[in-house]
Amino acid sequence: MEQVTNLPNKKLEETSLAEELRSPAKKLIRIEQRGRIYTLLSAWILIITLFSLLFFITSKGIMPFIHGEITLQNFFSTHWGPTSAEPGGPFFGSINFILGSLMVTLLSALISAPLGIGAAIFMTEISPKFGRKILQPAIEILVGIPSVVYGFIGLTLIVPFIRNTTGSIGFSLLAGVIVLSVMILPTIVSMSVDTIQSIPQSLREGSYALGATRWQTISRLLVRTSLPGLMTGVILGMARAFGEALAVQMVIGNSPNLPFQLMKPISTLTSVITLNMGNTVQGTPYNSVLWSMALILLLMTLFFILLIRLMTQRGKQG
Amino acid sequence: MTAKIEVHDFNLFYGKNQALHDLNFQLNEREVTAFIGPSGCGKSTFLRSINRMNDLIPNVKVRGQIKIDQQNVYDPHQDLVELRKHVGMVFQQPNPFPLSIYDNVVYGPRIHGISKKAELNEIVERTLKQANLWDEVKDRLDAPALGLSGGQQQRLVIARVLAIQPDIILMDEPASALDPISTERLEELIIQLKESYTIVIVTHNMQQAQRISDQTAFFLNGYVVEFAQTQRLFQQPTQQKTAEYIAGQFG
Repeated sequence: MEQVTNLPNKKLEETSLAEELRSPAKKLIRIEQRGRIYTLLSAWILIITLFSLLFFITSKGIMPFIHGEITLQNFFSTHWGPTSAEPGGPFFGSINFILGSLMVTLLSALISAPLGIGAAIFMTEISPKFGRKILQPAIEILVGIPSVVYGFIGLTLIVPFIRNTTGSIGFSLLAGVIVLSVMILPTIVSMSVDTIQSIPQSLREGSYALGATRWQTISRLLVRTSLPGLMTGVILGMARAFGEALAVQMVIGNSPNLPFQLMKPISTLTSVITLNMGNTVQGTPYNSVLWSMALILLLMTLFFILLIRLMTQRGKQG
Repeated sequence: MTAKIEVHDFNLFYGKNQALHDLNFQLNEREVTAFIGPSGCGKSTFLRSINRMNDLIPNVKVRGQIKIDQQNVYDPHQDLVELRKHVGMVFQQPNPFPLSIYDNVVYGPRIHGISKKAELNEIVERTLKQANLWDEVKDRLDAPALGLSGGQQQRLVIARVLAIQPDIILMDEPASALDPISTERLEELIIQLKESYTIVIVTHNMQQAQRISDQTAFFLNGYVVEFAQTQRLFQQPTQQKTAEYIAGQFG
């Protein structure tokens, strides 16, 4: 009997609670919607900007080949003479610049990678206190120096130094490599520091407890386990070196030579673009070929990003 | 019973805080000695004093002696590499290196100068068999060690320690991160290993101490309150505090 009389009462309570659960506050819904629209809009603007840039550079870059103004054969040759009146000209051979960019990038990475990784190991494993107090701020300052200042220093110190010691003109592949090495060093150091610091302390203890010395622990365990992260830092640095224009252009000499002699002035893709973009008329083949070079720069950067993706994925699996 | 490890008036300080007070006891060769006690009582700190892992922590100072085979490990001439070669350690969390199973086991032998492939292969097979892991991994020695289960990882770490041929194995709550079945296998392994090695184990689990150890030390606030044969300590504790602790009155 009691149950029967109680039943309707209880049901009434339940429906009112259910109603409340079904009808959330209108104001909250509005705030949620606004937030969603704002973030969605930001994301779409970003995506549209990126894709229009990609589309613009790609279409500009392949245009001269489609219109037949420049043949691929001409573009991938070593003969650069964009205003040449010789028979068969003008010549838009860009292979020297592509190789030039690759060369400065590789050589500066070759110098900076061991130096940067070594410094990172010192900061994390050997002397963390000194690293935190002195090296860390020093690296932040290095990152903050504008590239024109790097170029200016290179122009004032390194170029004359090379000139005086070797008897060449000073503007050279070597000068570009030295300037770039310093510029990409902070990237490599900070990525390496992050990677090495993320290795759990328990692994170091495991190694020491087996009787390993500090250097054995560093060389056999820490470097090995953080290799994907270290390589990512190096590739990030290379991407920066490949894309750097101003500082390189100031010291490298800007002659269209093949980049196989350290003391000779050469050109890179970026230096050719910055030097010529203001002096060429829109729509001419001379102007268009610069866009083709920009496209190559873009493709190389995409390649670097792809490499980094692969590295970090491998790091997660290992 | 010969004494393998002798502790004389051992004190340890973290900066100005004294963590261990006047420890005096002997650990017998080829026996399992268990250290029990509540968290923060100093049992792990003392364990890490035996192979001088506390040297890695800044501001740690010690007074007194720990002798292994009559040799004081805190002698200024003591070589840490040699000490740790003879005193292996297994940690609370299984800490295999992110390398292959094979490379984990040969890590120690390699740093101590063994490079012949045949010799390394022999070490891998022997130690993995000793650690009761061989049958589970013999077909995938090149697989990453981090792919093993927690219990397998802990047995791999033990094989890694056995590979450097220690006399003494220190274990810091080796089963605390393991499930009951893995724990049982680990305990069986410890009892097997006792035949060739002197084992010191820190444990939170009093049943575990009773199952596997010959002697037990009860630590409290940096003091050893009672040190005795395991059976005696659990059945007839002479100290009031020991009786309260093993009865579960605090912990």
